Amino acid sequence: MALRRQIRVGSQWMYADEARQALREAMRVMKEEEHGHGHQLPFLRRYVFSTDHKWIGIQYGVTALLFLLLGFCLMILMRLQLGWPGTAFGVMKVLGESRAPGGVLLPEAYNQLGAMHGTIMIFLGIVPLAVGAFGNYLVPLQIGAPDMAFPKLNMASYWCYLPGGMIMLASLLVPGGTAQSGWTSYPPLSVIASAGQTWWLVGMVFLITSSLLGSVNFIVTIIQLRAKGLSYMRFPFFVHAQFVTSFLLLLAFPPLEAAAVLQLMDRVAGTSFFMPSGLVVSGQVLTNAGGGNPLLWQHLFWFLAHPEVYVLILPAMGIVAEIIANNTRKPLWGYKSMVFATVFLGFMSFVVWAHHMFLTGMGTTISAFFQTTTMIISIPSVIILSSLFISLWGGAIRFTTPMLFALAFLPMFGIGGLTGLPLGLAATDIHLHDTYYVIGHFHYVVAPGTIFAMFAGVYYWFPKATGRKLNDTLGRIHFWLSFVFINGIFFPMFAQGLAGVSRRLYDGGMQYAHAKQIAAQTNPFMSICAIGLLVAQLPFIWNFFYNAIAAALGHRDEGLGSNPWGATTLEWAATTSPPLAHGNFEVLPVVYRGPYEYSVPGASAEFIPQNEPTVAEPPRGGGLLPTTAVAMREN
Amino acid sequence: MDAHAHASVGHAELEIPYNVHPRPDTGVYNGKLGIWLFLASEVMLFGALFSSLILLRTGAETWPRGDVLLNVKLATVNTFILILSSVTVVMAWSHLRLGDLKKGRIYISVTILCALIFLVNKGFEYAHEFEHHNFPKTNNFFAIYFTMTGLHGLHILGGVIVFLYFLGPGAKMWVTEPERYTNRIEIVGLYWHFVDLVWIFLFPVLYLM
Amino acid sequence: MEKFLAQYMPIDASEHGPYLDRLSANVHWLMLVLFVGWGLYFLYALWRFSARRNPKASYHGVQSHFSTYTEAGVAVVEVILLVGFSIPMWYRWTHVPPASSHPLEMRIVAEQFAWNIQYPGPDGVFGRRDIKLVTSSNPLGLDLKDPHAKDDIVTLNDLHLEVNRPVVIHVTSKDVIHSFKLPVMRVEQDAIPGEEITIHFTPVLTNESGAEGDKWEIACAQLCGLGHYRMRGQMFVHSKDTFKKWLASAPPAQTSIGS
Ligand code: HEA
Ligand code: HEA
Ligand code: CUA
Ligand SMILES: [Cu+2]
Repeated sequence: MALRRQIRVGSQWMYADEARQALREAMRVMKEEEHGHGHQLPFLRRYVFSTDHKWIGIQYGVTALLFLLLGFCLMILMRLQLGWPGTAFGVMKVLGESRAPGGVLLPEAYNQLGAMHGTIMIFLGIVPLAVGAFGNYLVPLQIGAPDMAFPKLNMASYWCYLPGGMIMLASLLVPGGTAQSGWTSYPPLSVIASAGQTWWLVGMVFLITSSLLGSVNFIVTIIQLRAKGLSYMRFPFFVHAQFVTSFLLLLAFPPLEAAAVLQLMDRVAGTSFFMPSGLVVSGQVLTNAGGGNPLLWQHLFWFLAHPEVYVLILPAMGIVAEIIANNTRKPLWGYKSMVFATVFLGFMSFVVWAHHMFLTGMGTTISAFFQTTTMIISIPSVIILSSLFISLWGGAIRFTTPMLFALAFLPMFGIGGLTGLPLGLAATDIHLHDTYYVIGHFHYVVAPGTIFAMFAGVYYWFPKATGRKLNDTLGRIHFWLSFVFINGIFFPMFAQGLAGVSRRLYDGGMQYAHAKQIAAQTNPFMSICAIGLLVAQLPFIWNFFYNAIAAALGHRDEGLGSNPWGATTLEWAATTSPPLAHGNFEVLPVVYRGPYEYSVPGASAEFIPQNEPTVAEPPRGGGLLPTTAVAMREN
Repeated sequence: MDAHAHASVGHAELEIPYNVHPRPDTGVYNGKLGIWLFLASEVMLFGALFSSLILLRTGAETWPRGDVLLNVKLATVNTFILILSSVTVVMAWSHLRLGDLKKGRIYISVTILCALIFLVNKGFEYAHEFEHHNFPKTNNFFAIYFTMTGLHGLHILGGVIVFLYFLGPGAKMWVTEPERYTNRIEIVGLYWHFVDLVWIFLFPVLYLM
Repeated sequence: MEKFLAQYMPIDASEHGPYLDRLSANVHWLMLVLFVGWGLYFLYALWRFSARRNPKASYHGVQSHFSTYTEAGVAVVEVILLVGFSIPMWYRWTHVPPASSHPLEMRIVAEQFAWNIQYPGPDGVFGRRDIKLVTSSNPLGLDLKDPHAKDDIVTLNDLHLEVNRPVVIHVTSKDVIHSFKLPVMRVEQDAIPGEEITIHFTPVLTNESGAEGDKWEIACAQLCGLGHYRMRGQMFVHSKDTFKKWLASAPPAQTSIGS
C-alpha cells in the first residue's frame, strides 16, 4: 500500500494538496480581512432567511423556548382553576369575557387551554427545541461538516414551523375559540367542534411538513457529510440520538398528515371518515353519510404519537450523555450497547402505539401483542439509563450547572419511565387509563426529564454559541428551585391517579365522590408549586437574555477560549460562535478516535480531542514516529 | 482529490461536499439520498391512506363498485399517459447525461405535456361525478376517491411546477454546472416515478375492485 | 405495598378488583426496588466520585457485568407479570360469563353529558331502538310499538346492581367518545359511537346505607366536551331482595316515556 506524506499545521494533519488548498484559502481570507470583510450577506439573508445551520438553530431555539414559556403560562391559568375551582382571578381576564367572564374560567375555555398546552409544549416547544435547535446547531459541528446537506431546505423547515406556530396562536382568536378536544383531537368530538379545530389541523400540516424537511436533511447530513475518519461508532452519542430521532420523524409523521387531511375533509367537505352512522348530538340527528370509524383516527394518531414521545426523549438522552461524559472526565460506560439500544428503541417504537387504546374494546390477542411490545420497549430505556448511571462510577464528577440538570434527569426520567410499566400492562391500565397517573407518568419524562435536559444543553453549549458562560449562581438557583417545585407539582398526580381522578376535569374532580377528597387535599399545593416553578424560571430568563444580548453587542469573555469545558467532541474544535455563512471549520477536521477520550491512561493530556492526530502510539504500518512536522501514515 | 478539500470555507455560497459527486463510501450524492428518504415518507403517507381505505371498506356492509360509478376508460388512458411520461423523463435524463440539453428539454416538455393531459382528464372525471351529484360527502367511497385522487393530483401538479422551473430559469445551471443540473432532473425523475407508481396502485383499487 | 396503595385507591367492591390491585402492587414493587436500588447507588456514586474526593477519573470504570444482570432481571420480572398475570386477567376481562350464570344484563348509552341505562325488563329482551324516535323524553329512541320495548326499564344516571350477581353491560354512545368508569369496581370501558362493546363484572359489596362514604358513582373518563367534568351517575349495589323491590318499583318504559 502506497505511503503518502502528511504535513501538520497546528494540530491538523493534511496531505500536501489539502495543505495547499488551505494555504490558498488562508491567503484569500487574509486579503479579505485587509479591505474589510468582503461579500457580507445582506441583513435579511444573514439573520432572517439565513441558510446557516447555526443561525437557524438559534432561531429555532429562541422561538421554541418562548413557546415553552407560553405553554407554561397557559398551564398556570389551568392550575389556578384546578387549585381553586370557580374562583375569580384577575389574570384570567387576559382570556377575555367570552372565556373567563369576571375572571372565572369557563369549562370550554379550560378545554381550549388544555388542548393548546399539550400541542404547544410538544409540537411547538420540545420538538423544535430538541431537534430544530440543538440538532441543527450541533450535528453539523459534531460531525465536522461545513453545514447541513441542504441549507435552503433547512431554512424552509424553520419557515414552515413558524407559520405553523402562528396559525396555532391565531386559532386562539377565532370565534368559538381554538381546538378544545385535547391534543389527541379524538373524533367525533373534534369533528363537531368549533372552527378552531380546523385551524389546529392546518397548523399541524405546517408543523409536520417542517419536521419532514428537517428529518430528511439531518439523515443526509449525518450519512454524507461525516468528517474523514468519523465512522459511525465514533459518533458522539448525541449524533446517534438525533439520527434515530430523524428516522422516527420521517416515518411516523406522514400517517398523522394523512389523518389530519382526512379530519379536514370530515370538517370541511362533510365526509365521514371518522363519523359512524346515526350520531345524535344534543338531540339533533347528524346528517352526514356515516359509515366511518372513530378508532381509525386513534390508530393513525398514536402511530405517530408514540414514536413522537421517543422523539421527545432521545435528543434529551443524547444531551445528557454528552454532558455526563464531559463532567465525569471519562468515557461513557457501555457506549456500544447504548447505541444499539437506541436503534432498537427506534424500531420498536413503531409497534407499541395501541397501548394508548387498551380500553377501546381490544381482544386478548391484540392486547397481548401490544402489552408484550410495550414491555420489550422498556428494556432499551433501562439499558440506556443503567449505562448512564454506571458511567458515573470511577469518574471525577464536576458539579457544573449543566451537570446538575443532567444528573437530575436520570432519576426523574426513571420515575416517569417506571410509572409507564403499570400503564403498559393492560390489566392495571383499566383503573389507571385517562387518570392523573398518566399525566404524572409522562410529565415526569417530559418536564423534569426532557426540559431539564434542554436546560442542561442550554447551559452547556451557550459558550459555544455566544462566547459567554451563563452565570453559575443564577444557574444553581434556577436548578434547585425548579427541582423542588416540579416534583411538588407532579408527584401528587400519582396519588390522584390511583384514586381514579380522571384527567381533563375542569374542576380537578371536585364533582366526584371518589375524587373530591384527594383533589381538595392536593390540587392547591400543586398549583402553588406550579407558580413557584414559574418564578424559578425568572433567573434563567434573565441569565439567558442578559448574556445573549451582551454577546450580540460583542462583549465576549475572551478568557473563555474555544473549549471552556475541556471537551473532546468536534464542535469544540471550531472557533467560538463560528462565523455565519462561512462554514464551520477553517479546514474540515479529520477524526482519529472515539468521542470520549478522557483520562486516557498514559496520555500526556487529560483529554484528547477527536481530531487530535495520533502521535502517542505508532501509526499502523509505520515504525516509531518522531513528533516532527512530517510523518508517514498509511493512506 | 476527494471533495473534502473543495469544501473549503469562505465562499459567499459555501459549497457542500458531495452535492454533485457521490461520496465514495456511500456511493450516492446528497440529493439522491435525500429524495429516497423523502419518498420513504411519501410511502408512509399513501400507505396510511390505503390502510384507511381497507379499514373503512372492510368495516362497511356495502361498498359501491368503482367500475360502475367511475369512468374506467378515461382512467385507463390516464394510466398509460403517466407511464409514458415516466419513460420520457428517463429519456430526458439520459440525453442530458450525453450532454444534449436540446433533446433533454424536448423530453422534459413532453413529460409536462403528459402531466397536463392527465390533469385535464381528471378534471373531466371530477366534473362528470359532480354532475351525477357524487360529492366527497355522498359516501365513504367517494370520500376516499376524491381525497386520494385529489392528493395524487396535487403531487402531479407539484411535479409539473418543478419541471417547468427546470425547463425555464432552472436550466441556467446547465451552463455553470451541467452535472448538477442532470442530477436534479434525475431526482425529479425519481419523484415522478413514485407519483406514477401511486397511480398504478390507485387505479385498480378505486376503479376496478 | 397493596395496603399502601389501597390508602389512595377507592374501596374495591368487585370480584375481579383484588386481582388487579394485587398485580398493580406487584408492578409497584418492581418499580420501587429498581428506583431505590439505583437511587442508593446513584447517591453513593455522586458522593464517592465527586472531583474533590476522586480527582483522577478511571478510563475504564466498572468492569463487571452487574448491570447486565439487573437488566436481565427486569426483563424476567416483566415477562412474569405479563404472561403470568396481565394477559390471563385480560382474557377473563374480555370473556363474558355464560347465560347459565343468569347475569344481570343491561345496555348503557352515553351522551353529552349523561348515562342512559336500559334494562331489558321482565321479558329479558331489549326493545328496538331507532334514532328517528329520539326525543328529550325518549333519549334512547325506544320504539314503543315493539312489545319487547314496553317493559324495558330506562333510567338516567341511575345504575342499580345486585350483589354477587354477574353484570353484563353493553356500552355504547350516541354522540362522541366517552369512557364508562366505575372506580370502585375497577371497571372502565370507552363508550364508542357506532360500536357496542360488552363488559362484565361482579359486585361483591353493597352500598345501601347511602352514607357519604357509600356514595358510588359512574365517572366519565374520556374528554367529551365542556360537561365532561360533571358527567357522572350514581350507582347502587343492592342485596338480592332490595334489588327485586327496586325492579318492581321502577316504571316500565311504557309509562316512563309514554307514547
Ligand atoms: C418522552 C415521553 C415518553 C416516554 C419516554 C414514555 C415512555 C414510556 N411510556 Fe408513555 N406516555 C407519554 C410519553 C412518554 N412515555 C405520553 C405523552 C403519554 C400520554 C399521551 C396522552 O394520552 O395524552 C404516555 C402514555 C403512556 C401510556 C398510555 C396510558 C394510558 O393512556 O392509559 C402507556 C401505556 O402503556 C405508556 C407506557 C410507556 C412505557 C412502557 C414507556 C417506557 O419506554 C419507559 C421505559 C423506562 C423505564 C422502564 C425506566 C427505567 C428506569 C430504571 C431502570 C432505573 C430507575 C432508577 C432510578 C430512577 C434511580 N405511556
Ligand atoms: C412536552 C410536553 C409537556 C410539557 C413540557 C409539559 C409541562 C407541564 N405540564 Fe403538561 N401536558 C402535556 C404536555 C406537556 N406538559 C400534554 C400533552 C398534556 C395533555 C393535554 C391534553 O389533555 O390533551 C398535558 C396536560 C397537563 C395537565 C393536565 C390537564 C388536564 O388533564 O386537565 C397538567 C396539570 O397540571 C399539566 C401541567 C404541566 C406543568 C405544570 C408543566 C410544567 O412542567 C411546565 C414547565 C415549563 C417550563 C419550566 C418552561 C421553561 C421554559 C422557559 C423558562 C423559557 C424561557 C425562555 C427563554 C429563555 C427564551 N399538563
Ligand atoms: Cu363523557 Cu367525558
Ligand atoms: Cu406510548
